[in-house]
Amino acid sequence: MTSLDTPLGKAADRQDERLATPQGIGDAVRAAVRRTRDGDLGMLPVVAGIVVIWTIFQSLNQTFLSSTNLVNLAFEMVPLGVIALGVVCVLLVGQIDLSVGSVSGVSAAATAVVMVKHEQPMALAIAVAIGSGCAIGWLYGQILNRFGVPSFVVTLGGLLAFLGTQLWLLRDQNAINLPYDSPLVKFAQVWFVPEALAYVFAVAAGGGFLAVGWVRARSRRRAGLSSASMPWLGLQAGLLAAALLFTVYYLNRTRGVPWMFMLFVTLVLMVHYVLKKTKFGRSLYAVGGNAEAARRAGINVRAVYTSAFVMCSALAATGGVLAAARLAAANQSTGTADVNLNAIAAAVIGGTSLFGGRGTAFAALLGVLVIQSISSGLTLLNLDSSYRFIITGLVLLVAVALDSAARRSRQAHGRG
Amino acid sequence: MTAPAAPTAPTVLSLRGVSKQFGAVAALTGIDLDVAAGEVVAVVGDNGAGKSTLVKILSGVYTPDGGTISFHGREVSLGTPADAQAIGIATVFQDLALCENLDVKANLFLGQELRPWMLDDVAMETRSWELLRELSARIPTLDVPVAALSGGQRQTVAITRALLGKPEVILLDEPTAALGVAQTAEVLNLIERLRGNGLGVVMISHNMDDVRAVADRVAVLRLGRNNGVFDARTVTSEQVVAAITGAADNVVAQRAARRASAGPRADADPRTDTAPRPDSGPRKEKELP
Ligand SMILES: Nc1ncnc2c1ncn2[C@@H]1O[C@H](COP(=O)(O)OP(=O)(O)OP(=O)(O)O)[C@@H](O)[C@H]1O
Ligand SMILES: [Mg+2]
Repeated sequence: MTSLDTPLGKAADRQDERLATPQGIGDAVRAAVRRTRDGDLGMLPVVAGIVVIWTIFQSLNQTFLSSTNLVNLAFEMVPLGVIALGVVCVLLVGQIDLSVGSVSGVSAAATAVVMVKHEQPMALAIAVAIGSGCAIGWLYGQILNRFGVPSFVVTLGGLLAFLGTQLWLLRDQNAINLPYDSPLVKFAQVWFVPEALAYVFAVAAGGGFLAVGWVRARSRRRAGLSSASMPWLGLQAGLLAAALLFTVYYLNRTRGVPWMFMLFVTLVLMVHYVLKKTKFGRSLYAVGGNAEAARRAGINVRAVYTSAFVMCSALAATGGVLAAARLAAANQSTGTADVNLNAIAAAVIGGTSLFGGRGTAFAALLGVLVIQSISSGLTLLNLDSSYRFIITGLVLLVAVALDSAARRSRQAHGRG
Repeated sequence: MTAPAAPTAPTVLSLRGVSKQFGAVAALTGIDLDVAAGEVVAVVGDNGAGKSTLVKILSGVYTPDGGTISFHGREVSLGTPADAQAIGIATVFQDLALCENLDVKANLFLGQELRPWMLDDVAMETRSWELLRELSARIPTLDVPVAALSGGQRQTVAITRALLGKPEVILLDEPTAALGVAQTAEVLNLIERLRGNGLGVVMISHNMDDVRAVADRVAVLRLGRNNGVFDARTVTSEQVVAAITGAADNVVAQRAARRASAGPRADADPRTDTAPRPDSGPRKEKELP
């Protein structure tokens, strides 16, 4: 690749005189503050929300931030988080899936039926469950593309139909228990990352962040483009590693870091890569931003819709398998009640726009942390689900209001 | 009516009897059009004459109801925009068709990203800057979403995008409508460079100066039908306007006549006859992308 000629010794992308060129850490911080004020909120509101929620619950009940409870939280947030990760994908293309709860319920039931009733191997049961999830997503995509039915109607139909399927699968007994000695249940209840390995992961995350940033900065410099300053990168990587090391240390004081949580983090990172670093991910954002423009750019919009729904339903099914594993059972209420709305709320609270074209995989991680923290805190306070519904509803309302307000502010400040 | 200049170079794109119906409205009826390699064909016509519809048919956005389209003499069917891009037809749409939530470089490479499974952001950004500089684009940074750009900046982005895929034919639907003086001249220069490199260019414009400055032939559409093809070197603006409006005694001619009788200065509309041709101005000789 040829590097561009750079008059004035400025990087190729920093030559317009109207452009403020950040120098050093101070400028980088100031730029971040200005971005936030203009409505490019990113992760900030949800992180602030988590701090507030944790402070409140900790002051009401000293055990909330205890290591034991946080390990529990790390377990509990996974099934819902995996479902929310799928919801992010459909919201990105400007669609919605209201049936993720039912799909996870069917998948939980299917896992139990295949594994326990038909005494088939665990791997087959999981494959059947996730495979049916893919099929459901494909079906949604076809209905949307062929008949142009709005996705909220299609998936509302799916919500009922798959709830029915779940009840039918479990028609003989209300619940099917999974054997406690199956790896699936152990994975969701008692398997932890060995202490030392968990520290290695934490350091590796910081190192990986630094390495990726360094490689990127180097190739940008070689191409004559501006690049992040090394001290700034180092500071970010250091903070990340320190935060993770402390988390690992704190969780290791009791049971440790669940492998199931590591699975969730891995899925988040994978989806993040797909969204940000592949052509396919780009096309999800493009279709959510302006479907007609995406079509004219040669993107197969129908295929993009179908893949988004397949990803969503497959992840919902995976969440269902994990929920069954966590409970060591599939029953008629798995995935019902508030799972649907909680998963959508988690995605939106995490910063995924309901208007399409905006959002990241980390939205699912942070959003579900908010939702599960509320749920766990209220359980510790012995408050029943009525409070949980009300409070989660209010938080969702705040998140959606923030999304709309931020959108207006972005438009006023030219940040799309 | 002047006889159309016989194209010397081989015809790249050829339309015969193309029609398009929108409900009760016949937007296009029996359109014939030829575009040779290294030729700029201007398509002019009043608002609603069907120019954009023609462009959308050629770019695969609409499928025609009748007629044939041939590319290098072979009949093609342009079912989707991807088909048109694949055979080498690139388009700048009148409404630009950009994704406002994506940043400039993502829009430029939309649908043709480098390294699909591990996007090469650095190469894409470098290439974006090269192309934008060539068009003297006034875009300070590529990191902002397109929503943050002015109308002219967006138009520049849309034009730049059309150049990325090494097309053989490029369709420009009012490419200079929102551009400033310098950028308009750059786009006209660009069109001449494209012609010099053997591309066929279809340019739609309401600006007679631009049309006469760069076009080789002028095809007039009127109410969705062909209304004459003129040699741009010999035709007068009056003749084109007459073909566009369908009458020699049209509102444009009446205005010109009124002005002529009012003052000694204007013997014709100054916008159409005395404008300098851009190739008399400063001109950058650059290699094409
Ligand atoms: N999608 C559509 N649905 C229905 N009618 C349409 C559609 N697109 C265009 N038309 C009609 O087709 C005719 C031609 O429209 P077109 O956009 O091609 O005009 P144009 O020559 O590009 O005009 P302008 O100079 O204003 O851009 C108009 O009468 C318009 O109303
Ligand atoms: Mg038009």
